[in-house]
Amino acid sequence: MEIPYTVQARPDTGVYNAKVGMWLFLASEVMLFGGLFSSYILLRVSALEGTWPTGLLSVPLGTINTIILALSAITTLLAWVACKARMFDRFKLFQGLTILLAIIFLGIKSYEYRDKFTHYELVLKSGEIADGHLVRREANGDVVLHGHTVKEHAELMNGRKHVEHRELTIPKDQIVRMQNYGPWHNTFLATYFTMSGLHALHILGGIVVMGYLWGPGSRMWKTDPERFTNRVEVSGLFWHFVDLVWIFLFPTFYLI
Amino acid sequence: MSETQTDAFKAYARKCGAVFTAVVCGTLIMVAASYAPLTNHHLSIALVLTAAAVNAFLVAGYLMHLIGERKLIFAVLAFTVFFFIGLMGLSIWAAHDLPALGAPVAK
Amino acid sequence: MQATTYAPHHAHAHEAHHADQGFWRTYIFSTDHKVIGIQYGLTALCFLLFGFFLMLMMRWQIAHPGEAVPLVGPLLNALLGDVAAKGIMSPDLYNSFGAMHGTIMVFLAIVPLAVGAYGNYLVPLQIGANDMAFPKLNMMSYQVYFLGGIIMFVSFFIPGGAAQSGWTSYPPLSMAVPTDGQTFWLIGMVFLITSSLLGSVNILATIIQLRAPGLTWMRLPFFVWAQFTASFLLLLAFPPLEAAGVMQLMDKVAGTSFFLPTGLAVGGNLANVSGGGSPLLWQHLFWFLAHPEVYVLILPAMGIIAEIIANNTRKPLWGYRSLVYGALAIGFISFLVWAHHMYLTGMGTKIATFFQTTTMIISIPSVIILTCLLISLWGGSIRFNTPMLFALAFLPMFGIGGLTGLPLGFSVSDIHLHDTYYVIGHFHYVVAPGTIFALFAGIYFWFPKLTGRRMSEYWGKVHFWGSLLFMNLVFMPMFIQGMAGMLRRMSDGAVQYSELKLQGVSGALSSTVIGLNNFILWGAVGLALAQIPFIINLFWSIKHGEEVHSDNPWEATTLDWQTPTPPPHGNFLTPPSVYRGPYEYSVPGAARDFVPQNEPQKKA
Repeated sequence: MEIPYTVQARPDTGVYNAKVGMWLFLASEVMLFGGLFSSYILLRVSALEGTWPTGLLSVPLGTINTIILALSAITTLLAWVACKARMFDRFKLFQGLTILLAIIFLGIKSYEYRDKFTHYELVLKSGEIADGHLVRREANGDVVLHGHTVKEHAELMNGRKHVEHRELTIPKDQIVRMQNYGPWHNTFLATYFTMSGLHALHILGGIVVMGYLWGPGSRMWKTDPERFTNRVEVSGLFWHFVDLVWIFLFPTFYLI
Repeated sequence: MSETQTDAFKAYARKCGAVFTAVVCGTLIMVAASYAPLTNHHLSIALVLTAAAVNAFLVAGYLMHLIGERKLIFAVLAFTVFFFIGLMGLSIWAAHDLPALGAPVAK
Repeated sequence: MQATTYAPHHAHAHEAHHADQGFWRTYIFSTDHKVIGIQYGLTALCFLLFGFFLMLMMRWQIAHPGEAVPLVGPLLNALLGDVAAKGIMSPDLYNSFGAMHGTIMVFLAIVPLAVGAYGNYLVPLQIGANDMAFPKLNMMSYQVYFLGGIIMFVSFFIPGGAAQSGWTSYPPLSMAVPTDGQTFWLIGMVFLITSSLLGSVNILATIIQLRAPGLTWMRLPFFVWAQFTASFLLLLAFPPLEAAGVMQLMDKVAGTSFFLPTGLAVGGNLANVSGGGSPLLWQHLFWFLAHPEVYVLILPAMGIIAEIIANNTRKPLWGYRSLVYGALAIGFISFLVWAHHMYLTGMGTKIATFFQTTTMIISIPSVIILTCLLISLWGGSIRFNTPMLFALAFLPMFGIGGLTGLPLGFSVSDIHLHDTYYVIGHFHYVVAPGTIFALFAGIYFWFPKLTGRRMSEYWGKVHFWGSLLFMNLVFMPMFIQGMAGMLRRMSDGAVQYSELKLQGVSGALSSTVIGLNNFILWGAVGLALAQIPFIINLFWSIKHGEEVHSDNPWEATTLDWQTPTPPPHGNFLTPPSVYRGPYEYSVPGAARDFVPQNEPQKKA
């Protein structure tokens, strides 16, 4: 039993099944991230004055990741073009490059996550707030931070303002509350971790699918090259969408 | 035959290179706009988002071949975008159209 | 049609086909859309029955608060422990039964039946395709649905029990309940939503791509149009709830505050949260799905009813195009009405006016569809068989459900009626004697295609009249209770607000209103008894029902009846072509009173 239009386009719609399916799926993905972006905007515009931090994330790392993802979008497209031109070795090369770039993206992302998880905010008995990266915890419970202290919480909201960082040793009995910059820390970080985390899951999914097509799935090249080319095209569409989401995530969390 | 195919591939690769360069430029403009010493914060947000929209257009239009795509797919996306705008617009409108607290009741 | 002559031969080939695939590939991990449809159907019917039992126990508690549940009380105690000590339902248990009744009925029973079962089984048959566009994806979507169902079901037995915050799971309440039931609910929902998304992509791609030659859009049976619209709603409305589900899951397990406002106090103490969240955001995202979801429940039902009415009046549907455009208009507008569920949240007058207007507008296409179906009856020589009885009852029942919704669409009247039993009565009229009647009608109608046998007409009619009577005895009194001001979700049946407790207080509920609780209880018991003939009939008829001697026993026109019985893997013996519209009944000059869609036009 053969399902029609898996390879050739249906004449009246002009597309083959998987392409329709992928675009429908992407439409639902638009609504998924649409719901998240709507939530971000609603939470941000209704945030109380001085509670929404900006410039907290590393712009150079974000920019590099944006360019890496853009490059991988190009290589995935070239992998498909190589299939169309029946150049299998070039397909292998570009598909492999795409996967490599995706892994580098995730590597940089995890470095950024680690940076946030080691970043602490300590409310002190004096009412001051110490903020910085954890250097070490002493045996007696004292905390050593590389950072600075401020009088008001609102002073921490602009991450781009340059401040002198130095090593601070904070005695255990001075600490009222100590919390790292995880999703629980504030609503900005909650949206950042949730949305970029969901995006990272999409990257992971893309790596799995593209890895399959690069590895065991490429056997189809010998039996049905046209259908295989369609698969590469459809996975490429998904990958471009993942890039598209990042194009909006980057300014949303790093720049504005 | 393989000669012409290699040529076609090269031509396509050049086109991709152009799109990539444009996307990188767009990204750099975005970053620059966010650092620009503008007094109006809303203006810088608008600039950054415009650059992002241009980048998104490049990716969707050229890399995903949306330019010249079939009517069917446009129809699906048009509805999706409409409902997305509805969701975002109406929920944000609802968040702002609140009865003022403590406002005097009609005399 | 011609298929008849081939049927015995092919039935044999069919068995052989099964044998070489083995039991697991044929019935459990099948990629055949018909097997998957039946899997959806049976699983969803089990959940339907389970959700109904939850409700029966709740009705007992409402009518007899603090008294041990008869018959199953000891079982509850043994299974669930202290929350049902001595067989008495605690308020916590009542809350989780309430929340899970709604969740199970909507997400695990009716939608999987209407879209999963009917859509999967019938859409490829009606459009003349040999399977769905993506058979493996189809199998996966059923499996993901099944897993989601298991997660929901298991949550009853974890410490603290299942989710307790209503099927709507409004935060901060859902966060304030300290048990893990809500976490299970959220994870289960993510599975169910994913399954629905995969399923809807599949149905849409199938309808767009796999229509038989000649089957143009305006020749599609109305059922296919209904499935098409419903799938679009699932595709675009569910993802924001998935996003919301993920955010609430983060609130629950990662300590974020998406939906928890600054200064939130739980149990008199300031909650340890970062704050800055918005409880109303959840409500927006929830109702952005949950209102279109209502149309996901009702559109396939209308599709089923349209097929059965056309077939049993032996005349074309009146206003086919109006029906199609009506369904599409409902689908479109249903995305713009959701906040009429939120008038009580302190919404401003401008935005409330917007949503009142769209809500009134969406009633227009609904009325158009109902009117078309009603006029279709005019002048027909109607066959009053069991499916037709259910279909006919659907019309007034859905009418009551729809019209009682209008006062809820206006903020002025909604402020009085919101969260009362009036609302319960309203949407149950839409879904229970509405959608569920349509689903019953469909089961009686397509049973001969699935099995080659009919269900018993006599017991079918017993089932119908019993269900019709008791449905109304259950839901009609709720309008009275609601207008009297009786609130929903109260585990003591509102006794604390009655004259029994509040003597001389103006507005206290009268003993008549409270007494209706007992009336409804016995109505519900009657409804349960009325389902017994159906369950026995369903299983008994598979082996012992009256055999049909044709592949098209109802003499229908659509392609699903032009297949062998039951349709083999691949459905059609030869790929069908379509030459005419879907409802060519009683065409003047034709040899019979129906002309199948795949019968070529005679040369002039």
